[in-house]
Amino acid sequence: MLKVDGLNIAAGELPLVSDVSFTVAGGERVGLIGESGSGKSLTASAVFGLLSDDVSAAGSVRLEGVDENLVGASENLLSSLRGSRLAMVFQEPMTALNPSMRIVDQVAEARLIHRTVGDRAAAHRDALRLLEQVRLRDVAELGRAYPHQLSGGQRQRVLLAIALANDPDVLICDEPTTALDVTVQAQLLDLIVKGAKERTAALLFITHDLAVVATVCERVLVMYGGRIVESGPVAEVLTAPEHRYTKGLLDASDLETVDEGGRLHAIAGAVPAAGKFPSGCVFRNRCPRADEQCEVSPPWFGEPAHGHACWHPVGGDA
Amino acid sequence: MRNLVIGAVLVGLIVLAALISFLWTPFDPTQVDAALRLQGPSGAHWLGTDRFGRDLVSQLMVGARTTLYVGIVAVGVAALVGTPLGVFAAAGPRWLGEIVLRANDLVLAFPALLLAIMFGAAFGASTLTAMIAIGVATVPSFARLARASALQVLSTEYVLAARSAGRTGPAISVRHVLPNIAGLIIVQCSVSFGIAVLAEAALSYLGLGTQPPTPSWGRMLQESQELLAVQPRLLIVPGVAIALAVLGFTLLGDGLRDRFDPRLEGARAQG
Amino acid sequence: MALLRKAGIFLLTLAIASVLVFAFMAVLPGDPAQVALGVNATPELLAQTRHAFGIDRPLPAQYTDWVGGLLTGNFGRSYITGDAIGPQLVDRFEVTLWLVGAATVVAVIVAVPLGTLAAARHRKASGTVVSGLSQLGAAIPAFLAGIVLVEIFAVSLRILPSGGWTPPDADPVAFLKGLVLPALSLGLVQAAVLTRYVRSAVLDVLREDYLRTARAKGLKPAQALVRHGLRNAAVPVMTVLGLQLATLLIGAVVVERVFVIPGLGSMLLDAVGSRDLIVVQDVVMVLVAAVLVINLLVDVLYTVVDPRLRRAR
Repeated sequence: MLKVDGLNIAAGELPLVSDVSFTVAGGERVGLIGESGSGKSLTASAVFGLLSDDVSAAGSVRLEGVDENLVGASENLLSSLRGSRLAMVFQEPMTALNPSMRIVDQVAEARLIHRTVGDRAAAHRDALRLLEQVRLRDVAELGRAYPHQLSGGQRQRVLLAIALANDPDVLICDEPTTALDVTVQAQLLDLIVKGAKERTAALLFITHDLAVVATVCERVLVMYGGRIVESGPVAEVLTAPEHRYTKGLLDASDLETVDEGGRLHAIAGAVPAAGKFPSGCVFRNRCPRADEQCEVSPPWFGEPAHGHACWHPVGGDA
Repeated sequence: MRNLVIGAVLVGLIVLAALISFLWTPFDPTQVDAALRLQGPSGAHWLGTDRFGRDLVSQLMVGARTTLYVGIVAVGVAALVGTPLGVFAAAGPRWLGEIVLRANDLVLAFPALLLAIMFGAAFGASTLTAMIAIGVATVPSFARLARASALQVLSTEYVLAARSAGRTGPAISVRHVLPNIAGLIIVQCSVSFGIAVLAEAALSYLGLGTQPPTPSWGRMLQESQELLAVQPRLLIVPGVAIALAVLGFTLLGDGLRDRFDPRLEGARAQG
Repeated sequence: MALLRKAGIFLLTLAIASVLVFAFMAVLPGDPAQVALGVNATPELLAQTRHAFGIDRPLPAQYTDWVGGLLTGNFGRSYITGDAIGPQLVDRFEVTLWLVGAATVVAVIVAVPLGTLAAARHRKASGTVVSGLSQLGAAIPAFLAGIVLVEIFAVSLRILPSGGWTPPDADPVAFLKGLVLPALSLGLVQAAVLTRYVRSAVLDVLREDYLRTARAKGLKPAQALVRHGLRNAAVPVMTVLGLQLATLLIGAVVVERVFVIPGLGSMLLDAVGSRDLIVVQDVVMVLVAAVLVINLLVDVLYTVVDPRLRRAR
């Protein structure tokens, strides 16, 4: 359904995302994980065609049924796809809704823009139905409310309803639950999975939370330093990681075990600023296993859908 | 950055002209000479003479003094009264803040020009009364700004830390609040300076500002207004001087704002 | 509730303002009776006149007389001409309202599109040019703009009158023709100031997440800005517009001078010149009341535009 090939994003001369390739099939749920600064949100924005003016993208993003490359496509084409075949839920529910517009109108607008329905009354009915689908209660009353009268969880459901309004083929979620309470998170994740399944949509789910990936996704892409460093089925990547960075992430999220000094595991150092990543393997300055070989960029080992880019993977040298 | 440089250069030029005028002007700016009436630019009179035969360059230089004087009085009154009021309103008890806010609204009901006319009626028309009136009318902008930014500083963690270390309200205001809001106050001073210069021109035009024979750019305009068709130079020269002065102070303010508040860089920098 | 509170604060401020205006006039040096009668008046005549003016009574009584009169529409009589002030005040106020209203229309029509354009293209040359022009325009005194406009359109081209005033009911065409230049000279300078505020308000809105949501729904950038951005940008712009309106009411006096228009401002200046203090006092009070009404209206309008403010206050 969605095929990204050799995607590069740069701010002027400064590369931010390098040679990212992946595919997501209809009905498939793929996670994109990594720390902040790894380039995962940029990748999502590029797929969605909403990069800000100061960065530029190259490479190819293809949507099934569309002949044109979405990278560099006209605003006309992109805006006709956005909200209809491509949909996105963003991280910040508190600020993502128009404060001066009633909830139901904001949902109904999504149906009207792409002329999915003929008139306002129908769009209004659809909007209420969509709000019910994301399990909001008393939708007639809630629809008349303004965003500031809703909780963060409610607002994120409204945004999900907007994203699902025209039964998209690709749904991108960028850390949709990060700003929410843990109890609210689980319900929303459930709604996202259900919404994507019912529409056999390709789901690209961005998060830094391994537990969330494990619940939501079937396949996972691990990003670091603007590159995909490992990919594979969730069960395998999360239990038997190959790339040293994935291993580090998993160890760091493990709050049960401690090292010899009694401390929790952590990856040494911090994510460098954009442009400050080392040459060769981008992770080598924080990697315990790095040697001279890592000064050369590692190639991709294994299948595109299941493999890694590490000279010294956890399971033994490549 | 560009704003800051252009603004600083324009303001610098005005200050320079004013300073030099204390030591030297090409002619006596108030020297009336019927034989020299309405002369065009020449080697002696670079910008020519007005209808009383007074040298335009000399008037412009001495007028720069008036312009700076006007701004300093008006902005001085506004900043020195408004800033402490705003800080007190923020740092003091709630009722005090409420009173300051209400008093602000009350002063805002008297627009600057209205106050200037009232003051002129009461104390006689002069540059000083006009500018004190403009200053009083500008107090609310400073009080509001100082209060809003002081509230922001007071809610920061280092002030809470200072509180818990036993520092009292006034000490915190002096040590933490004032230094932190000084930047924004300076920006406001620069912007208000430009507004005061415009107000002086308007008041001089109405005969309520600078009185003869003191040269002022506003009065130069007023004295020559019916000569626009025959001698446009007489209006263009002071008009451009006023516009450049106002522009200089506004740009300087914008430039400083970008300096003090880097978040806005790009947003206003290109303005 | 919030509305009642606003109305209460408005009335209280108005009352205090009236005391201030009265007190300010009361402490002014000079005896209105002396001014009216000249230096040769006899003491008896002076006393008689003071009694007729009502200024021989204690100040509190004078104040209540004055305010009571204002509330019942009686503005008193001029110390100099003896004419009733009320009717003249109404006429003058109407003239100034026309002028200020037309100037505001000019300012909004020019500033909203230009400011939006400057914000939407703030990285491009056209945006920078608009910003630069607005900054320059805001630095030009309104009366200078007026003088130049008169020179071009009245003296050189002879297509519009250089001044004077025709009431709208007397000759609508002449009225409109006469209104054009004053409204332009007052409005264009305000437009320059307003453009900068519109630009910065729209720039702020352009960075909002909900505009990205609007784009995500499939709206094009311009559609997203118009449907979702402008209303939210309106609140800060309205604040400035309210302040500008208040400033214009009295700022119009300068343009009234250039175009010889019989507005409220020139009435005030004339009264100051002839030391007709009761007229000064009345005009100042009317202007102050008008400013307070504008502030109240803006305050109420906020809550209409921004639902977040409806319960908050």
